[in-house]
Amino acid sequence: MTLSVNLGNARLLRAYRQMRLIREFEERLHVEIATGEIPGFTHLYAGQEAIAVGVCEQLTESDYIVSTHRGHGHCIAKGCDVGGMMKEIYGRKDGLCHGKGGSMHIADMTKGMLGANAIVGGGPPIAVGAAIACKLRGNRFVSVAFGGDGSANQGTVFEAMNMAVVLRVPAIFVLENNGYSEHTGAAYAVGSGDLAGRARGFGMPAECIDGADFHAVYDAMGRAVARAKNGEGPSTIEATITRYYGHFEGDPQNYRAKDEVARLRVTMDCLKRFRERAALDHTVAQAELDAIDVEAVALIDAAVRDAKAAAPPVEADLYSDVYIQY
Amino acid sequence: MPQLTMRDALNQALHQEMARDERIIVLGEDVSGGAGGTSGEREASGGIFGVTKGLLPKFGEGRVIDTPISESAIVGAAAGAALAGLRPVAEIMFADFVGVCMDQIYNQIAKFRYMFGGKSTCPVVIRMAMGAGMNMGPQHSQTIYSLLTAVPGLKIVIPSNAYDAKGLLIQAIRDDDPVIFFEHKALYPRKGEVPENAYTVAFGEASLVRQGEHVTVVAIARMVPFAERAIDALAKEGITCDLIDPRTTSPLDEETIIESVEGTGRLVIVDESPPRCGMASDIAAIVAQKAFHSLKRPIIQVTPPHTPIPFAPALERLYVPGPPRIEAAIRQALKDE
Repeated sequence: MTLSVNLGNARLLRAYRQMRLIREFEERLHVEIATGEIPGFTHLYAGQEAIAVGVCEQLTESDYIVSTHRGHGHCIAKGCDVGGMMKEIYGRKDGLCHGKGGSMHIADMTKGMLGANAIVGGGPPIAVGAAIACKLRGNRFVSVAFGGDGSANQGTVFEAMNMAVVLRVPAIFVLENNGYSEHTGAAYAVGSGDLAGRARGFGMPAECIDGADFHAVYDAMGRAVARAKNGEGPSTIEATITRYYGHFEGDPQNYRAKDEVARLRVTMDCLKRFRERAALDHTVAQAELDAIDVEAVALIDAAVRDAKAAAPPVEADLYSDVYIQY
Repeated sequence: MPQLTMRDALNQALHQEMARDERIIVLGEDVSGGAGGTSGEREASGGIFGVTKGLLPKFGEGRVIDTPISESAIVGAAAGAALAGLRPVAEIMFADFVGVCMDQIYNQIAKFRYMFGGKSTCPVVIRMAMGAGMNMGPQHSQTIYSLLTAVPGLKIVIPSNAYDAKGLLIQAIRDDDPVIFFEHKALYPRKGEVPENAYTVAFGEASLVRQGEHVTVVAIARMVPFAERAIDALAKEGITCDLIDPRTTSPLDEETIIESVEGTGRLVIVDESPPRCGMASDIAAIVAQKAFHSLKRPIIQVTPPHTPIPFAPALERLYVPGPPRIEAAIRQALKDE
């Protein structure tokens, strides 16, 4: 098992680059959506980056993840092409899903990314299925279900957790508790308030961690992966976090205290935390991180420029890929 | 050729396919049964209808998986396993239970390939027992194939006899698209000639069960043997009918139905699903649009009433269309004004 203290300079820089890329992707989308040029419904992951990256840095392309409606971060962390994602969100033919999925359905089977999922709680049963495949192949790889405090109130998640325990499959449930299920506070909607406790009730270990701390996420994930590969079955990680934007873009967030987000951006920002930790540990130089910040802006600039210039799908695309053969 | 029941034909198909391809897994409630029981009998049931019997001892617990009663997790797990390269055959014990896992069927597996831009394959088969006639009441007797036929991305298979059941199930397992496979409970004991070897029956090709000249009858599942009885009785009076069993409702072999109607000009559709937005009304709409000028008489739909399925044998008998109703419908179709 690799723990974060053993991560060398290159791995730490890669983790920071991934987190920064997600942040830049989402902050830029926030701006571009306001122009009206992006169709549909978009849910931003900004603020939660350390969870996606801390989890996926423990995985390879042969491991599986199943994501949520708030899935851009998971996609980037699992290695999906940022340009292809941006085109998908703009509804372009060259998007990762040919413009037929959009923000809530980005997938890349070649990266083990089995799909963002617009149905809250829809993903965990699918992740258990991928874990069954992993088990049949000797537990060399694992399957991760991302979810939130909202999904933790869905019966499908309970079914998936119980089945994972019963079948002892290498599944890992990552519950990102960002305090809000859509517009409703977790303090109201989660009966016990204890997501990890629910997972434990099904007979698996569950850790509660600070989701803004990349190192904590990475280490908890390392323990869960080791357990899974050792044939000991599923685990759950409950990561406490916040989201910087609304449930969807355009949500005025009238249910949040006026200064809540501004305060959390100061006290609970994962990128800031990562930098502070790096300065303390002398693992990576601040200048190296600054360079990554600049690089991320350029990358997303190019992705947006290309996406805007790209062609939309054509009529024939409406009819293709419903079936392989019909 | 050996005579097998539809149950045994399906069982044989599963055995032969699982031996052929080790990516095939079977999962569902009590598919072997006995796990965690006190008798120590590990294969205590082999499925409540016996369709999965003998699979566990032959293929082991890794590939024959007894699940908790969790239909969403069963279908979802089958979907995820399929995306990850396996070829799962999931079982929903009664088709009625689709009510608790509809999301995984119509939002997930049906849409993966389209919404992921053609970059995923989900070769999953979901078998389910359906149909009335065994006094199982409103929540264990429905057919629901009309609901799922309406969903783009799914293939819908509904065999009426042992030969088709085996060939269609093997085709379903080898097919790369998601397939919903309906098995009528009352047809499990129905015997027919079934070759020992593995063979496939293509989707979208209707079977012409009887050939005649006066009326076209389209029937599905258990309605096929009922229609056979009605048609054979009428043959003694010189009335002959085409009897078409679509075998799959998605894809639907419209051509065979249209061609027949162009010959007879009269159409009776026999469907065990409810009358509104059902297969009968769907087929009637297709014929009305594509063969209107061939029709000599209005299309007749023989279906149950717009009610839930009652428990009492006296009422269930009234609910399910039987040979007398089919015979009467054919006679009515022949009455010229």
